Amino acid sequence: MKKLLLSLTVIFGIMNSYSQDYFPKNDGVNTTNSNYTVFKNATIHTTPDTEIKNGFLVVQKGRIIEVGNAVSIPTNSVVIDLKGKHIYASFIDPFTNFGIKKPKSKGGSPFAGNPQYGASREGYYWNDHIRPETNALSHFKYDTKKADEYIKQGYGVLNTHMPDGIVRGTGLLVALNNKGPEGSRLVSDRSSQFLSFSKSNQSKQLYPTSLMGAIALLKQMYHDANWYATGNSTNKDLALEALQRNKKLPQVFEAGSRINSFRADKIGDQFNTQYILVGGGDEYARIDKVKTTNAQYIIPLNFPEAYDVSDPFMANLVSLGDMRHWNQAPTNPSVLAKNNITFSLTTHKLKNIADLKNRIAKAIEYGLDKKTAIAALTTIPAQMLGKSDLLGSLKKGSYANFLITKSELFSKENIIYENWVQGYKNVIHDMNITDINGEYEVVITGKTYDLSISGESSKPKAEIKIDEIKLGTKINYKDDWVTITFTDKDTTKTQYTRLSTTIGDTPKFWKGKAILPNGSHTAFTAKRKTENTSQKKNDKKPAIDQNEVLPVTYPNIAYGNSQLPTSKSILFKNATVWTNEKDGILNETDVLIKNGKIAAIGKNLNSGNATVIDATGKHLTSGIIDEHSHIAAAAINEAGHNSSAEVTIEDVISPDDINIYRNLAGGVTTIQILHGSANPIGGRSAIIKLKWGENADNLIYSDTPKFIKFALGENVKQSNWQSFSRFPQSRMGVEQLYIDYFSRAKAYEKLKNSGKPYRKDIEMETILEIVNGKRHISCHSYVQSEINMLMKVAEKFNFKINTFTHILEGYKVADKMAAHGVGGSTFSDWWAYKYEVNDAIPYNAAIMHKQGVLTAINSDDAEMSRRLNQEAAKSVKYGGVSEEDALKFVTLNPAKLLHIDDKVGSIKIGKDADLVLWTGHPLSIYSKAEKTIIEGAVYFDLEKDKAKRNSIENEKNKISTMMLKAKNSGLKTQPARKKEKQHFECETLETIH
Amino acid sequence: MKKIIFILVLCTVFIRQISAQQTPAKAQNETISITGATAHIGNGTIIKNSTIVFENGKITAIGSNQNTTAKGTIINATGKHIYPGFIAPNSTLGLVEIGAVRATDDDSEIGNYNPHIRSIIAYNTESKIVESMRPNGILLAQITPRGGRISGTSSIVQLDAWNWEDAVIKIDDGIHINWPSSFSRGRWWLGEDSGYKPNKKYVKQLKELNDFIAQAKASIQSNESENNLPYHAMKGIFDGKKTIFIHLETEKEILDVLSLSKEHNLKKIVLVGAYEAHKVAPQLKQNNIAVLATRTHSTPDQEDDDYDQPYKNAKLLMDAGVLVALQNSGQMERANARNLPFQAGTVAAHGLDKEKAVQLITGNSAKILGIDHTTGTLEVGKDATLFISIGDALDMRTNQLEKAFIQGRDISLESHQTKLWKRYRDKYMNE
Repeated sequence: MKKLLLSLTVIFGIMNSYSQDYFPKNDGVNTTNSNYTVFKNATIHTTPDTEIKNGFLVVQKGRIIEVGNAVSIPTNSVVIDLKGKHIYASFIDPFTNFGIKKPKSKGGSPFAGNPQYGASREGYYWNDHIRPETNALSHFKYDTKKADEYIKQGYGVLNTHMPDGIVRGTGLLVALNNKGPEGSRLVSDRSSQFLSFSKSNQSKQLYPTSLMGAIALLKQMYHDANWYATGNSTNKDLALEALQRNKKLPQVFEAGSRINSFRADKIGDQFNTQYILVGGGDEYARIDKVKTTNAQYIIPLNFPEAYDVSDPFMANLVSLGDMRHWNQAPTNPSVLAKNNITFSLTTHKLKNIADLKNRIAKAIEYGLDKKTAIAALTTIPAQMLGKSDLLGSLKKGSYANFLITKSELFSKENIIYENWVQGYKNVIHDMNITDINGEYEVVITGKTYDLSISGESSKPKAEIKIDEIKLGTKINYKDDWVTITFTDKDTTKTQYTRLSTTIGDTPKFWKGKAILPNGSHTAFTAKRKTENTSQKKNDKKPAIDQNEVLPVTYPNIAYGNSQLPTSKSILFKNATVWTNEKDGILNETDVLIKNGKIAAIGKNLNSGNATVIDATGKHLTSGIIDEHSHIAAAAINEAGHNSSAEVTIEDVISPDDINIYRNLAGGVTTIQILHGSANPIGGRSAIIKLKWGENADNLIYSDTPKFIKFALGENVKQSNWQSFSRFPQSRMGVEQLYIDYFSRAKAYEKLKNSGKPYRKDIEMETILEIVNGKRHISCHSYVQSEINMLMKVAEKFNFKINTFTHILEGYKVADKMAAHGVGGSTFSDWWAYKYEVNDAIPYNAAIMHKQGVLTAINSDDAEMSRRLNQEAAKSVKYGGVSEEDALKFVTLNPAKLLHIDDKVGSIKIGKDADLVLWTGHPLSIYSKAEKTIIEGAVYFDLEKDKAKRNSIENEKNKISTMMLKAKNSGLKTQPARKKEKQHFECETLETIH
Repeated sequence: MKKIIFILVLCTVFIRQISAQQTPAKAQNETISITGATAHIGNGTIIKNSTIVFENGKITAIGSNQNTTAKGTIINATGKHIYPGFIAPNSTLGLVEIGAVRATDDDSEIGNYNPHIRSIIAYNTESKIVESMRPNGILLAQITPRGGRISGTSSIVQLDAWNWEDAVIKIDDGIHINWPSSFSRGRWWLGEDSGYKPNKKYVKQLKELNDFIAQAKASIQSNESENNLPYHAMKGIFDGKKTIFIHLETEKEILDVLSLSKEHNLKKIVLVGAYEAHKVAPQLKQNNIAVLATRTHSTPDQEDDDYDQPYKNAKLLMDAGVLVALQNSGQMERANARNLPFQAGTVAAHGLDKEKAVQLITGNSAKILGIDHTTGTLEVGKDATLFISIGDALDMRTNQLEKAFIQGRDISLESHQTKLWKRYRDKYMNE
C-alpha cells in the first residue's frame, strides 16, 4: 500500500518572492509579492535542541523574518494556524549527485591493447583523474522528479557534485525549489570540493591502477600544487590553479568505508587538510580509531538487507563477518553519536530515497537519539558546508525551508504535512483533512446499518454490516466529500446502495443522500458512536525488526578477539629451545618472557608470578618471518608506471584479513608485505607484526630501515600479457631504466641541496633514499643475467642491493652475490610456471647458503606462508642443509635481511618475545603451532581456536534464526553471497574502477 | 581474478637448453631382494625388518626377514623405508611444460562436451616436470585433460617411459566432468560485484549435462554411436569400464550427483575436489562413491572455515568410511605434484594415523583409479613399483630416495634439476 496518498502538489504564487527585476518578462505583467506569511500556534523547533511552544514564524520573500513567541504581525500577512502541529527546519543532504549524470565507463580492461600512459588533456594536470576544475554546475540539470522524491522525505537543500574522478571539482548547493525563478534555487555554485579514490570514467589513462597509487597521486598532487603556487613552474596547469582556488572550500572525501576513511584522513593530516569523510556505515566496528581521525563524517544509512538463508546450502556462502554486519549496522549512527563524533546523514547508497524514513526509524530503534538524528539532517550538514547562517535552523534571515509535521519528527505517529522550500509550499499530506474514523450507526429508510471506518484519514477503509452480516463496502473520501458504495445482504443479486455527503463541521453526524439499488433517492443519516483511533490496524508494513545486537570483535569477523590479547609473563618449562644463537638447540630448557621481551633462558627458572606452561616434549622457536608476503593488503601492484617508488603498501594495510590469523596458526609472527612485480621499480613495502585485531598503524614496525620492491624479467617487460607500449620490453631496457632513474635521483639531490627552488617529488625522494643507502631493495629476480646486472648497476652508484627475492637462479651466481653482499630469499621448490623459471631448482637455497649468501625461504603465497617451517625443512632434503640452519631460513635470516634482527629472529634475552610453541620438532611435517606469541601476547592458541570454532557456529546459527525471522516477517532479503577476497601474489594485477 | 591476458606466443620460443630426459630403465632381468627396511604396505599396515623379492617386474615375496628368503641381488636397506610408488591422480603432468608459454600447453580443447578427447596422446614422457616427480617417490600418475563441462578421457601412466604408449598403465580409464557450479562469480569486467553468489543457471546447466548423458545412452543402446564421437566415448561409463570423475566442490552439488547417478544407473563415480564431501560422508559411503580430496595444501574456501579444514578433509572422510585419496589440482599443479607425500603427511599432522596417510597416496589411490590389481600396495603378484627412502617419506627431511623401481626396473632418480644442482655444486667446489 502506498503511503503517500496525495500527489505532491506545489502551490505556486503564494509568495512570488525573488525580485529579479533585471530579467525580461514576456509572459505577463511584472508582479511582486511582499506579503508576509505567518504561522502561529505551532511548536517551532528552531534547532534540534530548542523549541518555542505556541510560537510564531514569519516568512517573507523566501526568508524567515522573525521567529518567536511575541512577534509583530504585519498587516499584509496571511496567517496560518498550526495548533498542535510542529515546525522543523527542512533537511540537507551534503552528499548527492542530484541532477548530475556520472559519465559512463569506456569499458574493457585498462590493461588490454596498448594501455594509455599519458594524460589526454592539454593545459591540465599530468593525470586525467585529477579534475579539480570540474564545476558541477556546468553538468547540472535540475531534476524535478527526483527533487519531488527528496521533498517528500523532508529535504530542502542538496549538495550535489560530479561523482567522477579522484579529485572531482566543486559541487553546488541547490534548494529543492521546483518553481522558483531561474537562479533562485542555487544556494551556492561552489559549495565544496569533492574527492575520492576512484578514477574518472572520462579517461583511460592507466595510472593509478591501485588504491595505493591513488593515495600517492593525491599526495604528489598537493606537492605539485604547492610548487605551482610558487610560480616556478613553466607550464600552464588549469587543474592545479583550480585546486588552489578550491582550497578554502569544505573538502568532502568519498571514502566509502571505515578503513578508506582512515586512509584518506592520513593524507589530509599530511597536508593540513581535514576532510569531511563520507563513511561506509561500518564505522561502529572500530569506533575508537574512527574517533582519532577527529574528522566530521557523512554517514550513509545503507543497512544491509538480511541474507536469504532459507536454503542452507546457499547460506553457507555468507561469512560470519557479513552476517554480523547485518546485525550490527543499524547501531552505526548511535555508536557514532555516543562517541561524540560529528556526523551528517546522507541518502547516498540508499536504493530509494523513500527508504530514509524507515532507516532513520531503525537507527532510532537501535539507540540513536532523535535530536541527534534531526541535527544530522539539518544543523550539522549546514555547519559542515559553512551555511549555518542560511540553512539548517529556523532563525531570522535563514531560508524559509521548513517542515510542518503532525507530531514530533521520527515519532511513530508523525506525518510530514508540508515541506516549504524557499518560501514555496509543497504539500505532502493534507493537514486540513478531518478525521472520520470511527463506528457509525447508519439509518437508511428505517433500516439500521453498522459502519466502521478506519485507516489513514486521507484514505480510509470502511465496512458495513447489517444483522452482523458483512457487506462488500467501498469508501471514497476526498475534498470533504464522502461516498460509500455497498452491496446487498442478498449476495445472489448484484445490487448496490450508494451514500454521498459532505462532512463540513459536523463530522460526528452526517446527513446525506442515499441512492437505493432500485435507483430511488432518499436521505440517510450516520451517527458516530465511538472514535476509532487504531490507525495502525491496516498498516501492513512490517514492524521494524529489533534484534539482539551481537558484540563487535577485533577484527569484526570470524576468529576475531572480543578483547585484544595483552602481553603476559609466561614461563615455558622443559622445552627444546631453538635459540638461533651460539647456544644452538637447548634441551629441557626454560624460557621466561616478561613485558613483551625474552627475560631469561635456563634450567629451573623461577616462575615468579608468570603463567607456567609445561612444554615437556615440545619445541620453542622464535616466530617465523616471511620476507615475501602479499596478505593483509588492499592493493599490491601499482602497474600504471614503470616506476612506482611513490606508492607504499603501508598506506593500504588490511588488518582484517583472515590470512593474518591463518598465518599465526602456522607460527608466522612477522611479514614483509611487498609490492607486486609489475614494474622495474615497484612500491615501498610494509613490514608488520601479525597482531590480529589491531589497527593497521599498530601492525607496522617503527624505527626500522625501510624497503622497496624492485623486479626484473618477464613481469616488468610485460611478456605474458598484451602490452607493448611501455618501456622496457626487454632485459636490456631494464638496465637502462635503472641507470636513468638513479641518475635522475642524483640530479634531483643536487638541485635540492643547491638551495634553488625545486618541485618535491615523492618518487625521486624515494629513489634518492635507495641511492643513498637509506632504503633497501628487495628485488624480484629469476635469471642470472639480470641478477648480475642489477648488482653491477648498484655498484656503479655505490650502494648495495639488500635482497634478491625469488632469486631462483641465485645458485648460478651465488659467488657473485656473496661478493656483493646481497642476501637471497627464495622459494623452496617452485618452478615451471613460466619460461624464466625453467632452471629453478630446489637446491637453490642450499647452494646460496653454502656460498655464504644470507639465505631465507619465503612464500609469496597466502597458503604456503602458513607452512613455511615445512618449506624450510625442504632444504634438508634438497642439498642437505642442517636442521638448525634450515630453521634460520625462516626466522633469523629473514630478520637479518629485514634489518630487524636486533628485535626478532632468535631466542635471546632482551629480544621481543615473538615465539612459537610447537607440538613437536619445528621442521617435522607432523608438528603444529600450538601457541603463537607476539611481544608476550598470545595471538594464536590451539585450544582457544577450538573454542572459537564453536562460538562461530553458534553465532551463525543465532543470526540465521534472526534472518529467517526477518524474511518471514516480510522484510526484503538479498541472496546469499560471498564477498570477493582477492589472494594476491607477485603477478596479480588489480584495477581500481 | 587474474587480469593477465596471455598472448599467443608464436614460434618465438626457443628451448635454451636441450637436455633430454633421463633414459628409461631397462626391463628387470634379474631377481632383486630388498632386506631390512620397514615396509609400508600401502594398506595401513607395515612390516618391520622386511624382505621383499621381485622378479620380472612383479613382487614374488614379501614378509618379515625371518619368514622370507631373499634371493638374487640383495639390497640391504636396514633402517630404511620402502613404499609402494606414490600415485598422483588428476594431474596434467606431461600435458603442459611451462604454464605461461602457450606453445607448451596441451591440456584442454575447445568445446564443452569433449569425452572423446584423450589425454594420453599428448602426454610428453620427456617432460622435465615428469622426471622431477620420481626423486620424491611419485612413480605413477593419472593424466587428465582440463576444461569444458566434460573435459575428456584420462589415462594412467608410469613415469619412466620412452613414449606414451609404453607409459600406459591403464588407458582411457575415466571420463572427467566439471560439474556445474552452484555458485557463480560476479563478472568484474561488466561492473558486477566480483564476489560469489548462487548460480542462477545452475539448474539449466545441470539439465544440459543430464540431457547429454541421456542422449549418449540412447545413442549407445541403439549402436548408433559410432558416428558420434562424443556419445561413443561415453560408452564405458554405462558398462562400468570407465570411471566417471566428477570435479566439484559443494555439498549441494554432491547431492545432485547422487540423483544423477541413480537416474542413469552410473556404475563407478569418483568425486574430485569435493571440499564439502565430509558433510555428506554417510551418503557417499552408502553409495560407494570415492573421493579424490581437494589439495591439502590450500587455503580454506570460506573465511569462517577452520584454518585446518583442507588439512583434515581427507581424515574426516576416511573416519566416516569413505574411500579417499589425495590429488593436487590447482595453481602450479604440475610442479607441485611432487609434494603429494607431504600433503599426506599434513593430513597425519592433523589427526590421521600415519599409515592411513600413506594409503592416501598409494593403496587408496590405486583402488580409486582401478589399478589396484597391479599396483598401489606391496603385495605378492603386484608390480614391483616401489622405492627405498632413507626415512619417513611423508616428511620433507627424510623423504630421500636411494632407489626406485617401476615394474621392477631400476629407474634413474636424476632430473634436470639434480643435474643443475651437481653442475653448480661442482663449479663452486672446483673453484
